[in-house]
Amino acid sequence: MGNEPMTDDLDDGMSRRRLLGRCAGWAGAGALYTMTGGVASSISLDAALAAPKRAGGARPFTFLQISDTHIGFDKAANPNARGTAIEAVEKIKALADKPDLIIHTGDITHLSTDAQFDDAAQILSGLGAPVFYVPGEHDFLDEGQGKAFLARYGKGAHGTGWYSFDHDGVHFVALNNIANLKPGGMAHLGEEQLAWLKGDLAGQASSTPIVVFGHIPLWTVYEAWGWGTDDSAQALALLRRFGSVTVLNGHIHQVIQKVEGNVSFHSARSTAYPQPAPGAAPSPGPLKVPAEQLPSMLGIRTARFVRGGEPIALIDQAFA
Amino acid sequence: MRFKFSILRRVALVAALTVPAVAFTTAKIEAATPAKVQAVAIKGFAFTPQVVTVAPGTTVTWTNVDEDPHTVTANDKSFHSAALDTDDKFTFTFTKPGEYAYFCSLHPHMTGKIVVKAG
Repeated sequence: MGNEPMTDDLDDGMSRRRLLGRCAGWAGAGALYTMTGGVASSISLDAALAAPKRAGGARPFTFLQISDTHIGFDKAANPNARGTAIEAVEKIKALADKPDLIIHTGDITHLSTDAQFDDAAQILSGLGAPVFYVPGEHDFLDEGQGKAFLARYGKGAHGTGWYSFDHDGVHFVALNNIANLKPGGMAHLGEEQLAWLKGDLAGQASSTPIVVFGHIPLWTVYEAWGWGTDDSAQALALLRRFGSVTVLNGHIHQVIQKVEGNVSFHSARSTAYPQPAPGAAPSPGPLKVPAEQLPSMLGIRTARFVRGGEPIALIDQAFA
Repeated sequence: MRFKFSILRRVALVAALTVPAVAFTTAKIEAATPAKVQAVAIKGFAFTPQVVTVAPGTTVTWTNVDEDPHTVTANDKSFHSAALDTDDKFTFTFTKPGEYAYFCSLHPHMTGKIVVKAG
């Protein structure tokens, strides 16, 4: 399929000097996760940024993950989710290392209304890089069960909105695991999507780095809260032969990681509100924290890809 | 005279048919169904009560008190709500006896059941 489905074309309007100036104030809050030989380790973000870039091969590039903007959410856990989404956009625009592309791992809106989709599109329109979307369950709440999302972002996608594209030798696969969910189950990919995935991956060399992104975790984080995907084992079986697989998701509004062989799984922070750690509360509803603590629990994620066997490095950055 | 008699006969007939029928229906309702409405709360990502038995004709009202939206969706799709935001309600009247399993189509680990049974 075409190279860039489901994107917004965005302007590119900020000078590098301005970007660097804006970046200085907030870059120190994250941790850099590296995956080597299947073992996760973490170093401070400052140390990572100070490390020299590797020479040789094609140019390294970064891409960015934003998730769970929940435009329209105004409850106690964050009465100003619109404002924190705008803050995230401002931080992204201020990044010194400009991302080649941005992925949004779903729950763009809170209730799938046209007004919320319009507002989200306007807020996210200034990001300065193409944005690739997958829907969260909050984006499929319209009577048409996803028609509103697909009308905006589904051009060129298959089924309920899955697709793939390539960027600088990395194969990106966008999955939808929030449609047609079954009673008593968790997230679900379904036979049609799995069959498509099999065909899509069949053409890829095992040495091609793969980035899979979807809304709900593809590994079981916590079954009692539905934080997993019923039929993900079939997808993971198809991914096993690849040397580097990075799976990125949202939904659970917190950073949790797991490594399984060559596959690393990472859930991201929301820009709207935090949720409790698995099992740490009676239910997974929005977590209310003191206002001054909220910025430390919201964030975005930068991924840096360096050709030559290094796994993709992820930098999770909280707002404070 | 003929005319007058005809009217009288008609009134008598209507009275004879209607009055006992009304009395019979009322008696049956009182005996079988003390309540014709039933509330179910959607709270803490659960339906409470999770399983509830009602008489035919009962109107069930679900109220979402969570900060997250939820839906009420029959497993067989025979009824379904729109997305219910905080404090939104959904009502459905169950006329036929049977077991109606439902779930939240956003959070499918949330399940419930309405059992409709004549008393």
